[in-house]
Amino acid sequence: MEGISALYIFMLAAFTGYEVISRVPVILHTPLMSGSNFVHGVVLVGAMVVLGHADPADPAQLAIGFVAVFLGAANAAGGYVVTERMLAMFKRDTKAGGAK
Amino acid sequence: MSGVIQLVYFAVAVVFILGLKAMSSPVTARKGIVWAGYAMIAATLVTFYTPGMQNYGLMITAIVLGGGVAWWSGRVVKMTDMPQMVAIYNGMGGGAAAAIAALEFARGGSHGAIATTLAVLGALIGSVAFSGSCIAFAKLQGIMTKAWRLPAQNMVNLGLAALAVVLGLVIVVVETPPSAIVIAFFIVALALGAILTSPIGGADMPVVISLLNAFTGLAVGLEGYVLGNPALIVAGIVVGASGTLLTQLMAKAMNRPIRNIIFTPITGEAAGG
Repeated sequence: MEGISALYIFMLAAFTGYEVISRVPVILHTPLMSGSNFVHGVVLVGAMVVLGHADPADPAQLAIGFVAVFLGAANAAGGYVVTERMLAMFKRDTKAGGAK
Repeated sequence: MSGVIQLVYFAVAVVFILGLKAMSSPVTARKGIVWAGYAMIAATLVTFYTPGMQNYGLMITAIVLGGGVAWWSGRVVKMTDMPQMVAIYNGMGGGAAAAIAALEFARGGSHGAIATTLAVLGALIGSVAFSGSCIAFAKLQGIMTKAWRLPAQNMVNLGLAALAVVLGLVIVVVETPPSAIVIAFFIVALALGAILTSPIGGADMPVVISLLNAFTGLAVGLEGYVLGNPALIVAGIVVGASGTLLTQLMAKAMNRPIRNIIFTPITGEAAGG
């Protein structure tokens, strides 16, 4: 990728991230933290690519790649389950009319 | 096929942003995580079709093991123990970003100075997020009950950070760095994360976890550049930026400036957290 166009992506993504959550209510702070924790679980994709291109004859490379994919998958799966559980609870409360 | 994969990654990045947007409003929050979940599955599935990949057996084993353990632990954990689970999953993401960089260093080959610099930076930030999150988990889980701090805490932090930067520079400058240097770099980076987090009390932990979450996002974005994967860049940097803002909002809601939390931590455990 061209260095300068990557710089533009970095810049626009940073503004987007800032803008997208700028009006979050206090009650959603923790679920949103958990949700964004899930989103960076996409690191799994990068981990799969590096493991896929590791030298099959080099145990050290395979071990590091395995660890990367393992950790990435855990980030994605765990992040999803925890966020979903938090927000499921939240939804039930709002449907019942808020305070319960 | 490569074009299709790129298109799917693009769509995934869009859905992640929409999902985060939805998650910041009470009415749509639940939908937001479900959309993001489908996007993650799509991203994972198309990645299997990346041209020139091997080691599929190992890859699937790692996904099933890592995903399975995390899924199970996330299901059974008590609702009150959620914050430390967020911390540990976040740490794993940081660790994954650091491991990606480690594998790129191990494979050698030339990436160019810019890519190697960003890989080193991502590895440093990812390692700090990993060990810092492990400490945060240990504290909230009650494994580590005492907040210990070194005599000249801030000087030690500064020294470790400087050492990590020097070792990182060596990795950038030397074409094929000896593995001892790379290993030393990772050890120093991990120590930095642990020592930075250990004096911070339990009540301040949510803010710290949010900060480490932003760190992991940034690390993922940087490794995305190294791998030439825009989906990783967008998702990582969006989380890095929104996580930074969220950290400020949380600190403000607690009436504790971030500076006070990180650099002059209260000693001993405060109630709550």
